[in-house]
Amino acid sequence: MSRRVILTAYLVFLMLPIYWLINMSFKDNTEITNTMSLFPLHPTLKNYGEIFTNVTWYRGFQFSLTYVVLNTLISLAVALPAAYAFSRYRFLGDKHLFFWLLTNRMAPPAVFALPFFNLYSAVGLFDTSWAVALAHCIFNVPLAVWILEGFMSGVPREIDETAYLDGYSFPRFFVRIFIPLIANGIGVAAFFCFMFSWVELLFSRTLTNNQSISSIMTRTVSAAGIDWGLLAAAGVLTLIPGALVIWFVRDYIAKGFALGRV
Amino acid sequence: MTVVLDKVSKVVRGSAHIRNVSLTLTPGTINILLGPTLSGKTSLMRLLAGLDLPTSGRLLVDGVDVTGKPVRERSVAMVYQQFINYPAMTVYENIASPLRVRGLAKAEIDTKVREAAQLLRLEPYLDRLPLNLSGGQQQRTAIARALVKDAKLVLLDEPLANLDYKLREELRVELPRIFEGKGTVFVYATTEPSEALLLGGHTATLREGAITQFGPTVDVYRSPRDRETAQVFSDPPMNFADATIRSGQATGPGGVALGSGGTLQGLPDGAYQIGFRPNHVSLINRSAQLVPIKGVVGVSEITGSESFVHFECGGARWIALEPGVHDHLPGAAIDVFLDPSRFFVFDSHSQLVRAPARTASL
Repeated sequence: MSRRVILTAYLVFLMLPIYWLINMSFKDNTEITNTMSLFPLHPTLKNYGEIFTNVTWYRGFQFSLTYVVLNTLISLAVALPAAYAFSRYRFLGDKHLFFWLLTNRMAPPAVFALPFFNLYSAVGLFDTSWAVALAHCIFNVPLAVWILEGFMSGVPREIDETAYLDGYSFPRFFVRIFIPLIANGIGVAAFFCFMFSWVELLFSRTLTNNQSISSIMTRTVSAAGIDWGLLAAAGVLTLIPGALVIWFVRDYIAKGFALGRV
Repeated sequence: MTVVLDKVSKVVRGSAHIRNVSLTLTPGTINILLGPTLSGKTSLMRLLAGLDLPTSGRLLVDGVDVTGKPVRERSVAMVYQQFINYPAMTVYENIASPLRVRGLAKAEIDTKVREAAQLLRLEPYLDRLPLNLSGGQQQRTAIARALVKDAKLVLLDEPLANLDYKLREELRVELPRIFEGKGTVFVYATTEPSEALLLGGHTATLREGAITQFGPTVDVYRSPRDRETAQVFSDPPMNFADATIRSGQATGPGGVALGSGGTLQGLPDGAYQIGFRPNHVSLINRSAQLVPIKGVVGVSEITGSESFVHFECGGARWIALEPGVHDHLPGAAIDVFLDPSRFFVFDSHSQLVRAPARTASL
């Protein structure tokens, strides 16, 4: 009984800010600033309407989704062969290289922001979704390699050998046999890449001219003050992709956390 | 097809896994690699399959050097001790996989898969995933995949070791029959001498990465070339006594008289090693030819149909294998009877000098 009470209290505590955000997104600014109401007294879709009609807002979502998806694809495409090499072969300095990859995640993003800004400006990548997608790779590729290596090492080497004995070429073996075996790991890695890239603010702001949704949200202060309702609606919309991704990979994640080294 | 290993050695990080192995494997009979764990059976199999490259030496197939040839271009199938299947594929797809890679027609694949499944009694499980099957069924799937491939060289690396007793007996009888008459070179690795004898064919005994003897299984068992071979090919382990022979009389450790006659007859005087299998040491005086010795019981293990009595005699530890239940308390004095006509005699360099005559039972 007491366990249930504690759990309920904990869940309420966790969900309250999210509920409040959703609550706010259906109110207008007068109601938000003047009264405290648990439900919108005059529910309005005005805030959402503004986001879906104002080009700056919906472009922001489009732009962010583009670089997030790009980044996830690049990270996985690069990390899969790298993780396979780390898991299956011993080569000169393999352990050092593996550790060095991880150290990239230890450095604060701000360290990399300035060189990236300068470099991308020089090669004309500035203010493109590729700029952010590539910059995020410096954090996501090591993470993906690390996660995938754990999953791959859980697959017996004899399976690789059996495939070669059966006559599989390496690419065919990798796609037909190996990838299905580490599907959980790919799901987990993709999830982490997606989430990091989606919530990351510094790079998406520095490397673009305020195109990403997270940087647009920091600019809702106008001469009339903060547009609370609009900001809340944008907040709700940014939660949706993450929630969707979690929904789709929830089985993989559950298995993934148990099997891999995450 | 004949497979020839020509002076093959394999060194991994300074330690020799395979030492100068030369071996000719012919199709039609089963070739058994017999040796204890870490004796190099798996290393040798991997070299035969082409999964590893030898440090020196060559591998010839029908006289053609195939040493550096990629695995996928060879006609090899291998079954591992662990049950290795593709977990994401059904049993049907697992068996069909080598055929699909080869690009056979759908109907032909189907015929072959069903044929193999029938032979290995896998028909009811074709739509299941390997991990939902019992260990025996998983290993059958792996064997079926090796079978459909029609490989010229089939390697079985202790395929039955991880199975329970009953399944092992069943499959052991089936295996040679399944691969019979295909003109395949069939190599089977095992740690168990009894398995080698049951399968027949030819046996190569391995010890520390070197082949100590290769020949028809029964011949190797009956006249092991040296002490190492005799040790590998005996379960329970063969008893050994350092003995001196003076005018036909053998004296063992601690001055124990080991008798005369039998295989000792007519041997020149000198130092020898005498080996005798536990099943030729009896606890009952069956005939006047037996030599009585005194021992002290260490442990007795009773399996039901037979008893293993470990005993000490003149500082040496030996084992007697006697049919029936014989319960002896540790520390008890015991009369043991040796049969000099069943003695293996090795010289001081561990080479076989005399083996028991072939008239009697093994």
